[in-house]
Amino acid sequence: MRLSRAEYKEIARWTEQLRPTRQCMQRLKDRFPHHSQSTLLSIFSLEYQKRTKRTISRHHAPDVMERYYRRYLNEAQVRPTAPVLLELANEVDLSPALMARGILDQFLKDTDGEMPPKAVLNSMLKEPSLIPDQTLANNVYQCTINDCCYGPLVDCIKHAVGQEHEVLLRDKLMERNLSFLDENQLRTKGYDKTPDIILEVPIAVEGHIIHWIESKASFGDDHSHRTYLNEQFWSYWNRFGPGLVIYWYGFIEELDCQRDRGILLKDCFPTDVVTLGHATQQEQTPESQKKDKE
Amino acid sequence: MDSPTCFFFFPFYSVRLVAHLDKCTLRLLAENERVASFSPDLKERLTQAQDRSTAKLSPSVSAFIHSVPFQPATDNRSNFGSDKAFHTFKKQRDVFYEVLREWEDLHKEPGWNFDAALGPKIRGMMSQLTSAGNHSHFARLFLKQLVQMCKGPRASTPSVDAPDADLLGMLGADSLGRLKRLEERLIQPHGVVGPCPPPSFPGHQEFFRDFIQTASCCQMNQHLQDSLCQQLLQLDEVSILSPPASVGEGEEEEEEQGDGDMEQQDEKQRFSSVLLLARLLAKFLGFISFLPYQTSEKPPKEIQETSVTLRSKSVQVLDVCAVLSNSVRRRRTILTVPWLVEFLSMLDFVGPLLLCYRVALGTLLLLYRRLQLNRHEEMCYLNKLLLVSLLGWLFQIPAIPENLFFTSEFTALAKGESTAPASAGLDCIPLVDQQLLYTCCPFLGEFRKLLAAFVSGSTARSGGIIRKITPTSAEPKDAPAGKRSQHKLQGDLEQAFFHNQPPSLRRTVEFVAERIGSNAVKHIKATLVQELVERGEKMLRDGLQSPNSNPSKLNDSICARLCDAGLEALAKATRFCNEKSPDAVRILLPVETTPPVLTTSENITKRIAAEKACSWLSANITALIRREWKSRYDRVMKALGSPAAPDPADADGAVVELLRQGKMNTPKKKQERPMSCPPLCKHSSPLPSDVLIEIKELLSMAVGPRTDEELPTGSQLKMLLHRLRSTLECRKFLTAVSEQMLQNCTVLLACKLVSGELPVRFSPRCGGPGGAAVDPSGGSEPPVSEILEQIAELWEAGCCSSASLHQLFTPLTVTAVLKASATQKKNYLFLVRKLVDKEILREEEVISYWRKLTDLSLPVELIENFQLQSGSIKLPLPLSEMQTCLDMLQVSHQTIEGAT
Repeated sequence: MRLSRAEYKEIARWTEQLRPTRQCMQRLKDRFPHHSQSTLLSIFSLEYQKRTKRTISRHHAPDVMERYYRRYLNEAQVRPTAPVLLELANEVDLSPALMARGILDQFLKDTDGEMPPKAVLNSMLKEPSLIPDQTLANNVYQCTINDCCYGPLVDCIKHAVGQEHEVLLRDKLMERNLSFLDENQLRTKGYDKTPDIILEVPIAVEGHIIHWIESKASFGDDHSHRTYLNEQFWSYWNRFGPGLVIYWYGFIEELDCQRDRGILLKDCFPTDVVTLGHATQQEQTPESQKKDKE
Repeated sequence: MDSPTCFFFFPFYSVRLVAHLDKCTLRLLAENERVASFSPDLKERLTQAQDRSTAKLSPSVSAFIHSVPFQPATDNRSNFGSDKAFHTFKKQRDVFYEVLREWEDLHKEPGWNFDAALGPKIRGMMSQLTSAGNHSHFARLFLKQLVQMCKGPRASTPSVDAPDADLLGMLGADSLGRLKRLEERLIQPHGVVGPCPPPSFPGHQEFFRDFIQTASCCQMNQHLQDSLCQQLLQLDEVSILSPPASVGEGEEEEEEQGDGDMEQQDEKQRFSSVLLLARLLAKFLGFISFLPYQTSEKPPKEIQETSVTLRSKSVQVLDVCAVLSNSVRRRRTILTVPWLVEFLSMLDFVGPLLLCYRVALGTLLLLYRRLQLNRHEEMCYLNKLLLVSLLGWLFQIPAIPENLFFTSEFTALAKGESTAPASAGLDCIPLVDQQLLYTCCPFLGEFRKLLAAFVSGSTARSGGIIRKITPTSAEPKDAPAGKRSQHKLQGDLEQAFFHNQPPSLRRTVEFVAERIGSNAVKHIKATLVQELVERGEKMLRDGLQSPNSNPSKLNDSICARLCDAGLEALAKATRFCNEKSPDAVRILLPVETTPPVLTTSENITKRIAAEKACSWLSANITALIRREWKSRYDRVMKALGSPAAPDPADADGAVVELLRQGKMNTPKKKQERPMSCPPLCKHSSPLPSDVLIEIKELLSMAVGPRTDEELPTGSQLKMLLHRLRSTLECRKFLTAVSEQMLQNCTVLLACKLVSGELPVRFSPRCGGPGGAAVDPSGGSEPPVSEILEQIAELWEAGCCSSASLHQLFTPLTVTAVLKASATQKKNYLFLVRKLVDKEILREEEVISYWRKLTDLSLPVELIENFQLQSGSIKLPLPLSEMQTCLDMLQVSHQTIEGAT
């Protein structure tokens, strides 16, 4: 789904008041019923990550996190079954999963008197039953499972979505008999930067030559596109020439302005594809006929 | 100086030379009244020449720029000394293109300054390269990109933007708009730079020049020089084949005849491409070589002399005299001189005073005079015109001292090799066409502009420096005869064989041999080396199993054995070449080739290919095997070492204990997951991510906050589990990560169901999605036990790593169960019973899980409570008693219902 920058901004502005919870996502869907759910979620996720980047340092100051921890301890004592931590996260506008992480960190420091190893912290977030304190375990799980932008399960979903779209892309290529090398094959050959797909024989999409295809199971907004350009797309161009990026969940249409410079954006697998064999066949036929006559 | 005077000084001496200019220029000349008054005959001949001229100015080529492709052969990790060097270069490549793009976007903006804008980035990059020792890689990238962008004819046209726009304006001055444009042009500085412009770096060349200047990096410059020199000398040796028919035919028809033979056309194109490339490289070689000595003003005489003394002691980057005399001797000046001119055009003020350059310039001067005098009729006109124009241009560059032209120092010019037939040299092949002429000498176009300016009545202020050079005669002397190099008899025979064959045969054989040889090496790498490494891995694994094995000793002995076995490569490669060469040659040669010629060609190809492959292999095979083996050895050792990797020392006691318990207590009965889809799988199962999203919703409802309307109905849950099962069965979209998470989520879902944290809604309205489809009894929702049964079946089918099952027995789950109602407790026991029945877990395992609970700080009261609840199952193990328990559970089956 291609959105104009103005449309995108409208959605982005509206998400400012939301928290990354199930309930808020429902409100977002109700507010923009004509946009696809995955596009909306992807946009919210992008905007929310920006928000987090802006504000995270505010929460991560040691005294602040400690204050949150004290508050949690007090309230959990008073209301042991209430979603204390989730409410606290929503109140101070911090991602619940990140709040859970911070509080757990404090808790472990408190019990052992030293910094907990990252691996332990991560495994506890993944499996809260490992947390010795049951009330905390429940609160942590409540936070990580409700958060739709951060946390182990969300990370896994994002990973799965990315993988699935790569498989879908490979399917589409195979359907059209376009031979390609995928990332793993390229890595074994020793390429230093690898797009998802390199076409063994280039194709033309909407009149533009395409050597490589990168699949992005997210929405292409200004910020992420700029980052991808710098870290991936231009690097691919620098090595393989012009290529195609598919943002499966759509993108800001104004960003598709580098076509002449060798980066084409689409929100689905292209339909206007011209292949080399096909074109030459057409050209050669009358010629070879002529030769035959001679 | 006004334009008509200019062109009389311009070194067009013979009308025949001039006649090869482009049509438009010829018309302008013919119509010029001063030409008419100078020589009516000339005017007449110019008019005639117009009709024959075919030259067009270079059409504008699409300026789409390509990057230098990444080639694993030169660019992958094995070409770098260390990981760090490899990764540094990965970044530097991207920085380089970033700089290039920024330059493209901004360099035309007013006030933009290369050094200020890009200097820090470039210098940072240089210091990175220096610390990683990557200059050679960067120099290669830099030069390849330079060639990519600047080699084409377009880039060497100085006025890249609509080169003919100003000309149009000047010519057709009849309409008012055009007049106005012309007027503007005359008020503003003129677009005409005159027929003798100073050396320049048009188009993208400017970027590369400024880059070198700004980088100011001696290491990079050295690498660039090395590479430029090597490439130039290679290009200078390139063999262009003379079409036998063209020799001795009428000169007038040379160009027209050129279109005939495809081979000849190819050769011409190849020549033009080689020439343009060599000129580009030579200009940059000159630029870098003389960069340290450049001054804006001519230094005073004393300083000049000191510099000459100083600089004459060191070796010059290129032995121009040798290159030049060699070229004259072999009649290859048409290739060599144009690029030497570019190189020399970069000279600083003192450079021409150095003996080597002075001699070279003197030689060129003699050559120039000889061309003027029209002595060597065998040389084609356009070839000659190109040399005349280029040399004329070189001699007027300010750095070239004028006194050079007035000495009688240079009188001897090497003569063409007398032993070689005249046709052997490039100079006698009509290689230059008007296209190439105008590409190399864009100032000829300027000449046309001057004429046009004269027509339109304006006075062109020429930017160039025009100097008159009077040609004088020079007597060529005989050059020493070239030595004939000695070849082996076989070699001679081979050469002789090729001599009487069409040139394409040799090219084919050389090409095929080169490719097959290289393919043989690749094949050895992919087969033999890989096999050896596999064999080595097996030896290593076997060796490690034996007690008291020493990995590093084992490594050494295996490596030695592999290297020995690797010598087999030579024989294999030879076999490969013998097998593959004949087919390739046969396909590429004309069908009419006679059998003996074919066989001979095949044999020569085999020999060259095998020679090439074997010489590479014998030098490199051992090192290659060692390297491949080392990386495999490291990988195996790392893989073997990793299971023990999580070091207990770095995690604190209780937690690690817990983690380990989770791992250790995995049941012995491993559920083998199939690695492929079931037969006839249509891959139409729901995507893992979609199912994960659904389960996430459910789980977040389970832990709340939630509203009761959100809760799932039993049939919805059954549907979901059904979908989950098909998702886990199809392997197409599943990854290890998503599979594990799905399994884990199922266990969590089961935990939430048995603890009643996720209550199942009894839906009175049966319109819910799929509600009726699952429920056989029509209308009423399935009980929780049925859902639990479905989950157990899912696990039984192998859709669960038993590792996640331990979550059913964690204090968290058990506490939740204990807190819940009697129905939930029954559900919990029911599920555990199912797991035991289906042999997903063994009874001892279940019991040991529960025993462990007592070890932990679970409140004693709860545990007692729990033991009461689970007493029936905790009985010792005789099967009969288990049966009793089972009966008990089955009796109570009807009462086990989903809670509210």
